[in-house]
Amino acid sequence: MEQLSGGEMIVRALEDEGVEYIFGYPGGAALHIYDAIFKANSVPHILVRHEQAATHAADGYARATGKPGVVLVTSGPGATNAITGIATAYMDSIPMVVISGQVQSHLIGEDAFQETDMVGISRPIVKHSFLVQRTEDIPSILKKAFFIATTGRPGPVVVDVPKDLTHPEHKFDYEYPESVQMRSYQPSVKGHSGQVRKAARLLLNAKRPVIYAGGGVIQGEGCDLLTDLARRLNYPVTNTLMGLGAYPATDKQFLGMLGMHGFYEANMAMHHSDVILAVGARFDDRVTNTVSKFCPGAKIIHIDVDPASIAKIVPVDVPIVGPVTTVLNDLNAQIDQQLASTDRTLPDATALDEWWRQIDSWRDAHGLWHGRRYGESDHIMPQDAITALYNATNGEAYVTSDVGQHQMFAAQYYKFDYPRRWINSGGLGTMGFGLPAAMGIKLALPEAEVACVTGEGSIQMNIQELSTCAQYDVPVKIVSLRNNYLGMVKQWQDMQYDSRYSESHYASSLPDFVKLAESYGHVGMLIEKKEDLEPAMKEAFALKDRLVFMDIFVEPHEHVYPMHVAPSGAMKDMWLSKTERT
Amino acid sequence: MRRILSVLMENEPGALSRVVGLFSQRGYNIESLNVAPTTDHTLSRLTLTTTGDDLKIEQITKHLNKLVDVVKVVDLTEGAHVERDTLLVKVRAIGAQRDEVKRTTDIFRGHIIDVGPMTYIVQLTGPVDKLDSFLTALGETEVLEVVRSGVAGMSRGEKVLSV
Ligand SMILES: Cc1ncc(C[n+]2csc(CCOP(=O)(O)OP(=O)(O)O)c2C)c(N)n1
Ligand SMILES: [Mg+2]
Repeated sequence: MEQLSGGEMIVRALEDEGVEYIFGYPGGAALHIYDAIFKANSVPHILVRHEQAATHAADGYARATGKPGVVLVTSGPGATNAITGIATAYMDSIPMVVISGQVQSHLIGEDAFQETDMVGISRPIVKHSFLVQRTEDIPSILKKAFFIATTGRPGPVVVDVPKDLTHPEHKFDYEYPESVQMRSYQPSVKGHSGQVRKAARLLLNAKRPVIYAGGGVIQGEGCDLLTDLARRLNYPVTNTLMGLGAYPATDKQFLGMLGMHGFYEANMAMHHSDVILAVGARFDDRVTNTVSKFCPGAKIIHIDVDPASIAKIVPVDVPIVGPVTTVLNDLNAQIDQQLASTDRTLPDATALDEWWRQIDSWRDAHGLWHGRRYGESDHIMPQDAITALYNATNGEAYVTSDVGQHQMFAAQYYKFDYPRRWINSGGLGTMGFGLPAAMGIKLALPEAEVACVTGEGSIQMNIQELSTCAQYDVPVKIVSLRNNYLGMVKQWQDMQYDSRYSESHYASSLPDFVKLAESYGHVGMLIEKKEDLEPAMKEAFALKDRLVFMDIFVEPHEHVYPMHVAPSGAMKDMWLSKTERT
Repeated sequence: MRRILSVLMENEPGALSRVVGLFSQRGYNIESLNVAPTTDHTLSRLTLTTTGDDLKIEQITKHLNKLVDVVKVVDLTEGAHVERDTLLVKVRAIGAQRDEVKRTTDIFRGHIIDVGPMTYIVQLTGPVDKLDSFLTALGETEVLEVVRSGVAGMSRGEKVLSV
């Protein structure tokens, strides 16, 4: 059998897993591994400029491709810098394997140089973690790490490797396991058939149904099945922030995003529904508003691969634990059977007609069909900037975002027709996510258009990655909506703190982003005038091989609407503008 | 409501900290916790008492099951079961108290397992409420130190928790 050192085993295992990129940053405890990477010259390594960016890049890669992202960092500060990105991936259930160097085994616990208890510090934000104790265990541990990260409800897995176990002179047998069996880890593979039958019956008897689809539908590759189901029943669909693209946004059955900044018709339909089919969604507090007032007349069917997601926030009438694809297949089959055997009169066409008429009137009043739902100003409106991006990319780009108003505008105004195109930190809300995530996607899919929608606040949290993009030729497009404020913070301060802008303002100290981009060898564009917006955006996307930083001056006082009335509002309680509410 | 959860988990480093971390992270409370190896050296068994309504206990059980090191979880309080806690209590034993403590210990079927010139250590095993009553029954006696093992439990009859 082949004899490899621990460092070599890690590289070989990554090859055997078919890993396309390692995102990482070297340091003492990881140097044996880095030497093995150099010698093997097999799996390309992307040297980021901060370990947080390595995790976001791997995360973006994973979200766009469905394959696990891989990160390699050193011990101590390398490991702690990766924490934010691991937490980001954990909250959004993204498959990722993070390999961290650790001080030598005999030094663990002695407060050695660059020692930190990585397994301990990451414990609440990982799906699982391993501290390697014997070099011989490396292949099986990595096999398990990838297996755990990618199956069931996906998530990040940390593998912490003490330096002595990667020593080049200590070689052991290497064989990468074909498969894994773990008695303590057996994700559900099929939904309970009795529950599926109940769900079909409830769904077919609905008079005011809504399908509420989340990120789990995308992660579980269930978008086509969900779309089929919705279309054959002619039921309305709303997607969560994480689920955008799970159902085509330009389809007439689509109600838009729901939740705190969701569309009027989506929130109204949820509130007034009698049956909700929740698929791969988790009733987040940014969706439900006040839980005790959540959808009072609705019976809820909840499909999720994670049993702990079900009935965590709201009681559920029909829980179904299982992978979205098998459950939706079974549900479709059940619907066929029930339609064939019992009633061809279901679903109740008259009731459904009436429901659609109601929804359409909401759409007309304040929603998607209302025409322009926001005001005008002398400045470019941020919403128009997103529409220009949509037009310049034919609605087909991979769009990452940071966190803030720009994120919500992107979610509302870029109509995502395909899954895996909208890539944002929904659960943790991590500013600094956008650029490194875009980098990871562009590396994975060099032919695709990749845009990062950001704000002048967020972009500065990982702006150093402009250097990584220069080193590896990663021509992403940065659409920075500059409102000169931490805009989302300012919006809350306007609404709840009498416009006292405590620490949300920094206009006088912002860099010249055009020059900054140019100093890295990229293209910078200042876009100030309304009439320049569409042409400049087209021009930027015509520069196929260049990273373009678009510094777009937008109206600084715009707010994101609708916005849930909080605290103590229901889903239907929304601000529709600065002065109107439902 | 008080519940006793019995957990079989892989005897791996860090497994216990994941269980304990889960409780603090999600704001569940632990009343007592008892962990020890089983006859199968790859497994350890943990017994945990906690309180909560059905919904909370369901969530706790689901989250415990989600931990990759956890092999099985049962709520012993769902069925007939036995539970035992062990108490060691060191008391001031001087003068009349020496007899008084001995008498109370006998009534509760405990044992005096250490006799010092001024102190006793009493050992008592039983369900939690029995140990609590014993402590109350000590009355005037000065209690110097108390330690309890935490509850260990099993289902009655044929039901077995194993892999
Ligand atoms: C790392 C991190 N720190 C703080 C916050 C809180 N926060 C949410 S939005 C926001 C403002 C973002 O400003 P900017 O990037 O300019 O976007 P805008 O809202 O102006 O579009 C802040 C500070 C966060 N989400 N992430
Ligand atoms: Mg801003």
